[in-house]
Amino acid sequence: MTEDTLPKLLWRNAQKMGQKVALREKDLGIWQEITWEQYLEHVRNFSLGLVSLGLKRGDKIAIIGDNRPEWVYAELAVQAAGGVSVGIYQDSLAKEVGYIIDHSDAVFVVVEDQEQVDKILEIKDSFPRVQKVIYYDPKGLRNYREPLLLSFQEVEEQGRRFGLAHPDFFEDRLAQGQGDDLAIISYTSGTTGFPKGAMLTHRNLISMAKNLLAIDPMTSDDQYVSFLPLAWIGEQMMSLSASLWVGSTVNFPEEPETVAENLREIGPHVLFSPPRIWENMISTIQVKMEDSTFLKKSLYRLFLPIGYQVAEYRFQKRAVPLGLRLLYQLGDFLIFSAIKDHLGLLRLRRAYTGGAALGPDVFRFFHALGVNLKQIYGQTEISGISVVHRDGDIKFHTVGLPINETEVRIDPETGEILSRSPSVFQGYYKNPAATAETLAGGWLHSGDAGYLDENGHLVVIDRIKDVMRLADNSIFSPQFIENKLKFSMYIKEAVVVGKDRPYVIALLNIDMANTGKWAENHRLAYTTYTDLAQKPEVYQLLRREVEKVNRDLPEAARIRRFVSLHKELDADDEELTRTRKIRRGYVYEKYKDLIEAIYRGDEAVKVEVKIRYRDGREAVVETSLRVMDLTREEEGQGLPGTLRQVPGVQA
Amino acid sequence: MTLPSAQAEEKRPATSTAGSPESDGQLVVENLTLHFGGLMALAGVSLTARRGEILAIIGPNGAGKTSLLNCISGLYRPQAGRILFEGHDITHLPPPGRARLGLARTFQNIELFRHLTVLDNLMLGRHVHMKTGLLLGGLYWRWAQREEVEHRRAVEEIIDFLEIEKIRKKTVGTLAYGLQKRVELGRALALEPKLLLLDEPMAGMNTEEKEDMARFILDINEERGVTIILIEHDMGVVMDISDRVVVLDFGRKIAEGAPDEIKTNPEVIKAYLGGNDLTLAVV
Repeated sequence: MTEDTLPKLLWRNAQKMGQKVALREKDLGIWQEITWEQYLEHVRNFSLGLVSLGLKRGDKIAIIGDNRPEWVYAELAVQAAGGVSVGIYQDSLAKEVGYIIDHSDAVFVVVEDQEQVDKILEIKDSFPRVQKVIYYDPKGLRNYREPLLLSFQEVEEQGRRFGLAHPDFFEDRLAQGQGDDLAIISYTSGTTGFPKGAMLTHRNLISMAKNLLAIDPMTSDDQYVSFLPLAWIGEQMMSLSASLWVGSTVNFPEEPETVAENLREIGPHVLFSPPRIWENMISTIQVKMEDSTFLKKSLYRLFLPIGYQVAEYRFQKRAVPLGLRLLYQLGDFLIFSAIKDHLGLLRLRRAYTGGAALGPDVFRFFHALGVNLKQIYGQTEISGISVVHRDGDIKFHTVGLPINETEVRIDPETGEILSRSPSVFQGYYKNPAATAETLAGGWLHSGDAGYLDENGHLVVIDRIKDVMRLADNSIFSPQFIENKLKFSMYIKEAVVVGKDRPYVIALLNIDMANTGKWAENHRLAYTTYTDLAQKPEVYQLLRREVEKVNRDLPEAARIRRFVSLHKELDADDEELTRTRKIRRGYVYEKYKDLIEAIYRGDEAVKVEVKIRYRDGREAVVETSLRVMDLTREEEGQGLPGTLRQVPGVQA
Repeated sequence: MTLPSAQAEEKRPATSTAGSPESDGQLVVENLTLHFGGLMALAGVSLTARRGEILAIIGPNGAGKTSLLNCISGLYRPQAGRILFEGHDITHLPPPGRARLGLARTFQNIELFRHLTVLDNLMLGRHVHMKTGLLLGGLYWRWAQREEVEHRRAVEEIIDFLEIEKIRKKTVGTLAYGLQKRVELGRALALEPKLLLLDEPMAGMNTEEKEDMARFILDINEERGVTIILIEHDMGVVMDISDRVVVLDFGRKIAEGAPDEIKTNPEVIKAYLGGNDLTLAVV
């Protein structure tokens, strides 16, 4: 067999290194190992099970759940039978799930547990084509009498029996598969409107893995921890394409809450996370160091500047002086290695960030610790990756150089980043208009504005439609400012407004954990997020953080006013995408009145916002937000009584 | 509350038709009388818990609910009456003996070893099932090892069941209240009980924690087939999850029946409205 599909790669690995560990899952407190042979066996049985239930070539199945072996079994099983897998983010709202299942024409839905079964059954009328809902965690489902339901184990058992009756069926179907068959439809989280289903073939996915690994080789002994949603193209790429291509081991955490401990237990060689995870890690380190012993704190403060210096030499590709190198090694021995060990980064050869821009300060920090953090750039539509930093050639304002077989150019008129490679997708499912627009002229249109620097590195500015023109007519990216703001340990999320406006303002979300800790240390009592966010002291704290950021910004791009929002931006309120990018258009619209009031110069703004709780209930929160004006002098601690906030909650 | 009550109602009949109700009384309490000096706590209370059901005991403050539970678990010795568990007369059996028969309980105020880890607390719950003695255990010989592994597995299954993986190595005293309650439930489950007595499992919890706890109770009942007797003040929860309700007032049983009957029972309404507890009126 030529290995031109993902399940064929699995088959090859099972032949070549059947006894080697392919997957690991922590269950009942123990890392349970699954060899390549067992992996194939599960995929074979589930695949035949689906076939015996009526799955035909080209049929789609939807998969929702946390990262577990069953998730990847299901994906490879449907692909082995010639079908297509559609991953859905496990924390999607019911209506999003219903939309994707229906739009993708899925005939089976594979879900994890009772929680998702309940969610699916609630909306089963919205996808009449679905024949079975297959779950793999039976807890709490014993007495469900819903005829749609079937357990994963039952399907595997049916498949096993089918396999006994038709011994060559699986291999035959597998051999029929071709590189140009669709492998997955990946629904893009979409910062605007309904999600669009990007159709990717096996050839797309495999060429991406091949070309990335040509630059950053992995071996079959490498460990990878899969903890980001498998519906995300980045996780698809690492846990499926790349792992199947080289035969590396994928480890699944025990629960989403135990990822940090599990990362440490495994000590992966490669890690790929969106900026949020890296930013969170910095916050964690900062907070833990604050609480640490005097000795550790002193070592950290002593050696971190040395780390920064060494990183700076490396960024500039200059040789590190011997004395500094020795000091750095001492620092690594005394403190950096311990920090890395706690985060599970000790064995890490390469760490990637992608999905959104990461602030330069974050890069500096991780490189100072000795973590080889590199930027990746790409879209779902190009199977995840088209551009990456090369080892030892890291410039933090760029995203690096195109991978093999990939061309990147800039549209001379619009400044849009265009790319072309064997990994470019086949189009959006059932959406020829959007497909034609995205693939106009044979190039993939990214929607991002950017340019190539003198060394051929790609620089991404921002989404074309978000780029701001400043008063002096230069272009500027709100995301750039937001990332600078978010580097503060007290700011979790920031939305910058400034397009077609006289000056720049910001809406901020405080980081509840760190700001709360700060408040405790300063003997400041608070109750809820809303309360803490509106404390005058917290406003002063934020003002200092914003002023720090302003110092590095050109005059016209400086933030003049900001508010600390009364609620955290949330994907459930549609303010963020599932990958936690800001849905700018929606946020601008939702907070229109607030933004207008800030520009009007109001000192405080009344807001009324509908909040949806986890259980689906809604409540209206009415509160008043203070506007901080940085052009005015700080009013001391004694604030006028009229500005004291009394958040009132109405049910 | 958004409990899976619709489904719960659907599947209830299937479980309760398993055996004829009266003959299948797993726990039978007959004419139980308990007084502390002149204070009458229980005055001839009789009730039957059927195998596999969830039975709620409600009543105003001081009605004798906890006293009843304490008599069943062996903490109090009743002056008159009998308690039969699976056909055995356990009225005079000390608590460890009852535990060995398959009776476990949780307390209104959490009773855990605060300075031990969650894991150790649960392992202690396995104590009644351990056979290796001090000597063998001390040598950690093959038997002891095998037994340890076996019990650890049982405990890990409970950890998985109650979704407390993240805290398995945390000291109990450092945990939030809601989590401690969950650990206590785990400790009771480690006994592998046939009947579980829960004394106000949801007291002091927020809505989300209550929902989680209600789901766990239903799951324990369904997945593990454990009969459950619970005391609870949150009427929403009681009406949602229990198969039958027994109402106590001043040490007497004043009503017994399905949640819907109880809600409309005039005696019950009087007991609640007459007292200082108006919860039922809200329901």
